[in-house]
Amino acid sequence: MFESGVFTSQFWNWFIIIPTIGGILGCFALIFWLGRDRPDPDKKVETMGHVWDGDLAEYNNPLPRWWLNLFFITLFTAIIYLILYPGLGSYTGLLGWSEVKQYQQEMDAAETRYGPIYAKYSQEPIAALAKNPEAVQLGHRLYMTYCTICHGSDAKGMKGFPNLHDDDWLWGGKPERIEETIKNGRQANMPSAKQNGLQGEEEINNVMNYVRSLSGLKHDQAAAAKGEKTFKRVCFACHGMTGTGNKMLGAPNLTDKTWLYGGSPRILKETITNGRQGKMPAHGEFLGDAKVHLLATYIYSLSHNK
Amino acid sequence: MAQTIEETYNYKVIRQFAIMTIVWGVVGMAVGVYIAAELTWPWLNNIIDVPYFTFSRLRPLHTNAVIFAFGGSALFATSYYVVQRTCNVRLISDKLAAFTFWGWQLVIVLAAITLPLGITQSKEYAELEWPIDILIAVVWIVYAIVFFGTIAKRRVKHIYVANWFYGAFIITIAMLHIFNNLAVPVSMWKSYSAYAGVQDAMVQWWYGHNAVGFFLTAGFLGMMYYFVPKQAERPVYSYRLSIVHFWALIFTYIWAGPHHLHYTALPDWTQSLGMAMSLILLAPSWGGMINGIMTLSGAWEKLRSDPILRFLIVSVSFYGMSTFEGPMMAIKTVNALSHYTDWTIGHVHSGALGWVALISMGSLYYLIPRVFGRKLYSLKLVELHFWTATIGIVLYICAMWVSGITQGLMWRAVNPDGTLTYSFVESVQAMHPYYLTRWLGGMFFLFGMLVMAYNIFKTVTSTNEMEINDRIPTVAAH
Repeated sequence: MFESGVFTSQFWNWFIIIPTIGGILGCFALIFWLGRDRPDPDKKVETMGHVWDGDLAEYNNPLPRWWLNLFFITLFTAIIYLILYPGLGSYTGLLGWSEVKQYQQEMDAAETRYGPIYAKYSQEPIAALAKNPEAVQLGHRLYMTYCTICHGSDAKGMKGFPNLHDDDWLWGGKPERIEETIKNGRQANMPSAKQNGLQGEEEINNVMNYVRSLSGLKHDQAAAAKGEKTFKRVCFACHGMTGTGNKMLGAPNLTDKTWLYGGSPRILKETITNGRQGKMPAHGEFLGDAKVHLLATYIYSLSHNK
Repeated sequence: MAQTIEETYNYKVIRQFAIMTIVWGVVGMAVGVYIAAELTWPWLNNIIDVPYFTFSRLRPLHTNAVIFAFGGSALFATSYYVVQRTCNVRLISDKLAAFTFWGWQLVIVLAAITLPLGITQSKEYAELEWPIDILIAVVWIVYAIVFFGTIAKRRVKHIYVANWFYGAFIITIAMLHIFNNLAVPVSMWKSYSAYAGVQDAMVQWWYGHNAVGFFLTAGFLGMMYYFVPKQAERPVYSYRLSIVHFWALIFTYIWAGPHHLHYTALPDWTQSLGMAMSLILLAPSWGGMINGIMTLSGAWEKLRSDPILRFLIVSVSFYGMSTFEGPMMAIKTVNALSHYTDWTIGHVHSGALGWVALISMGSLYYLIPRVFGRKLYSLKLVELHFWTATIGIVLYICAMWVSGITQGLMWRAVNPDGTLTYSFVESVQAMHPYYLTRWLGGMFFLFGMLVMAYNIFKTVTSTNEMEINDRIPTVAAH
């Protein structure tokens, strides 16, 4: 009847139960004490005899019966509720209900009902599944439920969140890589200028100019030439000697026109100075493999079903 | 007729608070209308590229201004008026009373500076940082000294019912404010709560709901118990009803906080108790409504001719409506739909605009001519104010009901495969017409408030004098 381990000691249990029951009984006592008189239309209602501020007085009309009944109903409802549900300290309630159990029941019911819809596609390879409009539609709905907050309802991303249409991949675009990204999440780590040992504003500016030169953007040639030295001493470790990036590390290709955070001088300097910690959260545990598989199918279809 | 100061009531502090109630009312409601516009037309958030005027910064400014600046000043003004006149004694100290006025105004000005700057504890209705919290605590304790000191010195045997409610409000708010704001300061404008995780949430909503229960309910019931019988010129309906609903109300309200945290990490027992007590709360709340409205029995015809009385009675009706809605929304299954939606916003405003603001306005229309010794400039403008305010409230709360229930239903709608039918942003998009209606309702309400400000300005600056009845009767009534 009482669940153990809810409180650090039995004291707290009774600390809750006694004032609760006492308070409800107190309400009963109040209305029994003051609610006995019934309204009598023949009797003239007198004031209490006290007067304040010249003319303020009080009648002492009996409590309206409908209101008293309302009070009784709410009090009894509360008592019945507290017998059926956990409320009195660690008392578990006759129904044995708990929030966690309700959640589990609803999740189990959903799994029984919806699980098979997704499970039937689990064994099919993603590349083939991407041609199946039904599967893509399921994936699209999953996408609309779980992914739009960051990647947008059009899946074109926004600053810091990649566009999923362009077949330009930070962590690889093979079906199994996409599935892995969704399932386990990704944590990018571009160190800051300080961590990279860059010396001051000027060196940052030089690297910025070199990075812009890689994709043919407007840049200062002298600065870029100096920046190249730094790039090939520091940045190459992740972005490669030619700046084409490394999908194992999630290091972007710097030679194309696709920018995750932006390619303007100001934003590039911000990126080089402070570093970037892009994060894709892991979804495997709460979505399950079957849904991840269909989500990956949808993402894959965006750049392959043209 | 020469009088010594001891023979008169202190009206100066009442005049000050009464005027500031109107000033802060205009400011707070104007900010409210502006942030309603920001929700309707989001580009308003960044017309200029600074964070100070975004919805997130201005929203706490709006809530603090209307609750604590407007509502708070109204409570100070009326409680000082009522406690003196029903105790037949001057406030115990003019200096301490003046301190509460200037201290409270300083709190409000500091709030108006720090909140747009983003200085906040992130606790709803308790956003102000620790130095301001300390100032509030000091002002509040002085307020308690002035109020209870005056009661102690009273020359009338019985304590009038309005003072029970003002007293309960002052004591409980002191307790709530101090415990919810216990924090560890790390710098002048930054502190961390003394509580962690779900305890912090529970303390916050214990505070938050009782800010509603004691600040916005008990205090204003005190107002009702004085100004309704005064304006209606009728005795209070039932003394014993006031006893039952007073004790039941203050006992039950203090438990209701957990209904703000249904289906969260809060333990099951806490949620259930919060819900059960919220249900019980219906009857004590309606006890107050009955006592307010039934005081008019035998004088109903006055509603037709007296717009001030209409303010008071309609406010009590809105009180009844929102205290029915509240217990209903505290039921877990209803809450599962209403929580996190605009329904909550609508509910709050039916209480805040319908009950708190209307009863304050009605009381001030009664009080200001009497403490300034000037006849009210125009009863026609009071009539105009009444109707614009009522239309504003109805537009506001209807818009929020529709939008809240729409949101709740859109969020829980699922496709045959179990995925969500609507993405969040689609529900945001669907809100647009209701946000527009809400903004319009706010405009009506603000317009009414401006009419009141004009009417009061013309009243206090006019030469149409009437006698100031601030003389304490020498023979005390029993």
